Amino acid sequence: MDVLLLSRLQFAAATYFHFLFVPLTLGLSVLVAVMETKYVRTDDEIYLKMTKFWGRLFLINFAVGIVTGITLEFQFGTNWSRYSAYVGDIFGSLLAIEATAAFFLESTLIGVWIFGWRKLSKKAHAVVMWFIAGASSLSAVWILIANAWMQNPVGYTIRNARAELTDFSAVVFQKMAILEILHTLAAAYILSAFFVMGISAYHLLKKQNVDFFTKSFRLALIFGLIFSIFIIAEGHMHGVGVAEKQPAKLAAMECLWETSEGAPACLLAVPDEKGEKNLLEIGPMPKMLSILAYHDPGAEVKGLKDFPKDERPPVLITAFSFKAMVGLAFYFVLMTVIGWFKRNRLTESPLYLKLMLYSIPLPYLANELGWTLAEVGRQPWIVYGLMKTSDAVSPISASQVLVSFIAFILVYGALGAIGFYLIAKNAKKGPDSTAS
Amino acid sequence: MALQTVWFFLWGLLWAVYFITDGFDLGTGALYLSLGRNEEEKRIILNSIGPLWDGNEVWLITAGGVTFAAFPIVYAVMFSSLYSALMLILFALIIRGVSLEFRNKIEDPRWKKAWDICFFIGSFAPALLFGVAFANIFMGIPINEEGVYQGTLFTLLNPYGLLGGLLFLLLFMMHGSLWLAIKTEGELHENAVRVLHGLWPVLLVVAVTFLVATKFFTGLYDNYIAHPILFVVVLFTVLALLGIKVYSTQKSYWKAWFSSAATIAGATFFGIIGLYPIMLPSSIDAGYSLTAYNSSSSPLTLTIMLVVAVIFLPVVIAYQAWTYNLFKGKVTEEDISHEEAY
Repeated sequence: MDVLLLSRLQFAAATYFHFLFVPLTLGLSVLVAVMETKYVRTDDEIYLKMTKFWGRLFLINFAVGIVTGITLEFQFGTNWSRYSAYVGDIFGSLLAIEATAAFFLESTLIGVWIFGWRKLSKKAHAVVMWFIAGASSLSAVWILIANAWMQNPVGYTIRNARAELTDFSAVVFQKMAILEILHTLAAAYILSAFFVMGISAYHLLKKQNVDFFTKSFRLALIFGLIFSIFIIAEGHMHGVGVAEKQPAKLAAMECLWETSEGAPACLLAVPDEKGEKNLLEIGPMPKMLSILAYHDPGAEVKGLKDFPKDERPPVLITAFSFKAMVGLAFYFVLMTVIGWFKRNRLTESPLYLKLMLYSIPLPYLANELGWTLAEVGRQPWIVYGLMKTSDAVSPISASQVLVSFIAFILVYGALGAIGFYLIAKNAKKGPDSTAS
Repeated sequence: MALQTVWFFLWGLLWAVYFITDGFDLGTGALYLSLGRNEEEKRIILNSIGPLWDGNEVWLITAGGVTFAAFPIVYAVMFSSLYSALMLILFALIIRGVSLEFRNKIEDPRWKKAWDICFFIGSFAPALLFGVAFANIFMGIPINEEGVYQGTLFTLLNPYGLLGGLLFLLLFMMHGSLWLAIKTEGELHENAVRVLHGLWPVLLVVAVTFLVATKFFTGLYDNYIAHPILFVVVLFTVLALLGIKVYSTQKSYWKAWFSSAATIAGATFFGIIGLYPIMLPSSIDAGYSLTAYNSSSSPLTLTIMLVVAVIFLPVVIAYQAWTYNLFKGKVTEEDISHEEAY
């Protein structure tokens, strides 16, 4: 186990873990803000109960999300010092802006929201949650601008033996960043919707607090439906963006080995990376890849064999994570559309409710698969076309990283288990124990 | 004034603000097990920092982020060199954060006791380790010409490093005890006052020792000797330290807390000014040291970041001050009777 592999595993573990909690913070903050706003507008106590119940789950989740993010900011320096030195002129400022513009706001206001029930007017207290929702999304914006730069570096030049910024707005407003932001936020909102729907389904199956959980379910349903449909369309545009800027990733996503005009896609392929072919291709669709990627059935799509072997991403992981994520995306559309038609008679649809309950983990899986695709699909590059991951690692001892990696697994593992246990326990308890 | 110099001092300022804000959170946590003699007292202590600690902690993220943005070479070399110490700090802060949020979620004494210990360790350890880290930064660490660290975690645990750790721990505990004197009443308040008076002479001795040791272990005084007017910083810090005692004796605990904040700021700037323009001295060869000039970002990045800082930092300070004011006053039994309290 060398320092490179250990550092990669550690960063992956830390990021996967952090991203178990971030999407729910992004989406549930919005949902809770809506609930609290409804309370302010209608003065109906049920909305206050909803705010406090879902807010309690939000806070448990928020805490784990916050603390696990701290290590990520510092991990660029600890484990990827060569990367930090080489691209810090561009990348560092994006992280610093994330902290000053967004983290401060969300972390300062969370204390106000938790403790300020009696110190602020009802309206002001609700506004605070909107600010928290906004600040969380803003922090996502900046970190995704940073990631988008890793996927498609723009606005820089090579000077003084490093990458130096030449055009800040090119970095901030590039299409890849916009696509990533829309995609990640939509995915987070879908996860939050399914979280609320799933837990609501649990209580509706037991016919407990039916009005409360029907209202919760329907609020989340609208959210989930809109963004599930949106992400299919946006996901497609994102794929078009990847085709343009990261052709090696595209080829890997579709297991396309030979450069082809009118390239086919298939539902699922099993690649043979050594043999540079596919062992299995299920559901072949002629010309489909050219159509999807370039909106032109005759367009040429570069195959993996046209890239040097050491510039191809791991094909199996890239392809599998892509296909699984897309499959799940369609499932989310299906389940929310069904939900829409059943929205007035949820308690009479136990099968649907059961499915929604068991579907809670699926958007979590989809979110992680998406990140797997984004990051593994970018390999061997840490900055696509500019710097290889293997050249980016810190010149430190592998033993240090082994110790920290084990610590990550243990501490995060325990935290995650406790965090999810507390969320589940409080979710099952229902709103009656949170009397205001 | 060159951009790099502006950023050097802004960088120092961010660390100072972090130590002033999260410093009392960490200090409170370090005193938690001794001052919190029962469930109610423990909860009052937790709720005294409850609304504020998370916003305070972001100053660390910002200090780190700014190190990356303005001085990426320093960020890269410092954080990879101080790897183990930094990892320990980060894990401790993680544990500190979740212990606050998780403790009140289950009504079980063993559950609470476990998080009590976590909260203590998660406060005590970073306080100590920040001191160790910064003392070593003042002294210089063995980095070679490629910025590769030639030591281990234990290299940092040298006498001067440990003295720095002790100093930071005492500064934060003083700061935390003053915070508790302000925010609590009854016996808890009396005990906090007793603790702060007990800490003060120890802090004085350690601070003076540190000032003297700095002459022998570091090159920090070179700047002061070359520009003796700078000794005013040392004087300011000593006066602030005396101010803590004077105001505490008069029972003006807010004034004492501000004196404590000034002491922390003074101590930080004593180091920063002493270092300038070096940011990370190499103990192997002065030529390998990282300075604000050889490790900074491009002028464009520094300029953009300066605009961002000038716009956002005052705004942040304003709304954070607003929250401190929103939650002013003692933490009472009534406060902790509410369901959302820690």
